[in-house]
Amino acid sequence: MTFRKYLVLAGITVCATAGDSLLARGMKQLGNINVSLHNLSALLLAILNPWVTAGILFLLAFFACYISALSWADLTYVLPATSLGYVLVALIARFGFHEVISPTRWLGIALIAAGVGFVAAGPSVTPSRQHLDSRGPSRDALSPQVKL
Amino acid sequence: MKDIYAWAAIGLIVLTSTTGDVLLSYSMKQVGDVGELWKRRGALAVLGRVLRTPTFALGLMAMAIAFYSLLFGLSWGNLSLVVPASASLTFVANAVAARIFLHERVGRRRWLAALLVAGGVVLMAV
Repeated sequence: MTFRKYLVLAGITVCATAGDSLLARGMKQLGNINVSLHNLSALLLAILNPWVTAGILFLLAFFACYISALSWADLTYVLPATSLGYVLVALIARFGFHEVISPTRWLGIALIAAGVGFVAAGPSVTPSRQHLDSRGPSRDALSPQVKL
Repeated sequence: MKDIYAWAAIGLIVLTSTTGDVLLSYSMKQVGDVGELWKRRGALAVLGRVLRTPTFALGLMAMAIAFYSLLFGLSWGNLSLVVPASASLTFVANAVAARIFLHERVGRRRWLAALLVAGGVVLMAV
């Protein structure tokens, strides 16, 4: 795992969280659109709201980071990174907006962080036969302890 | 009665988003390391190669169905039930599916992580 790859994983967390938050804020600003098939035009016009636009851009960036991470890491390695967003939101709420976080939520934060830590400390990709045949094993696939 | 609908939606979300994740992961493994490809051949080559992978489109479709199931689920059930239930079950389902279909080496470390994260997600929503 290189530094750049960790940046991509961070991009997944940050962009997904920012995208969701921006979308939620924009949709709240628009008020109660009845989200139904009868109201498609209102739903389509929602894109014009700057918060919604920004949210969609962030979600696109998230998707780009997500699939690029999947191109070099296992699904079971990448997925826990997506859950760090919950932790990020809670921490921003606590230290940015001084909201109170209940003990159960702190426990949730601890569990997620522990899960992510467990995975991150292990190998990022299952070595495939193709790897072994052509280019030799990628370094961190076989020997996670080589990692700096 | 409404609970049955909510759980049906949750089941559908878990099934489709797991399918989507597995298909996307499979496609991207076919494409190969995007960073290296970008360096060698440029961004357009990456985009072309991704879009020409047939399972990628299938994966996107599954993701879209998952998204709409979530919308329907939210109209049938509570936000505080549907979102954490589907998110945490998806983590566990993904670990199983990645092992079976992608032949990923899901060792004790990753099982534990999937369960911890799934539990954590539920607690965060309580």
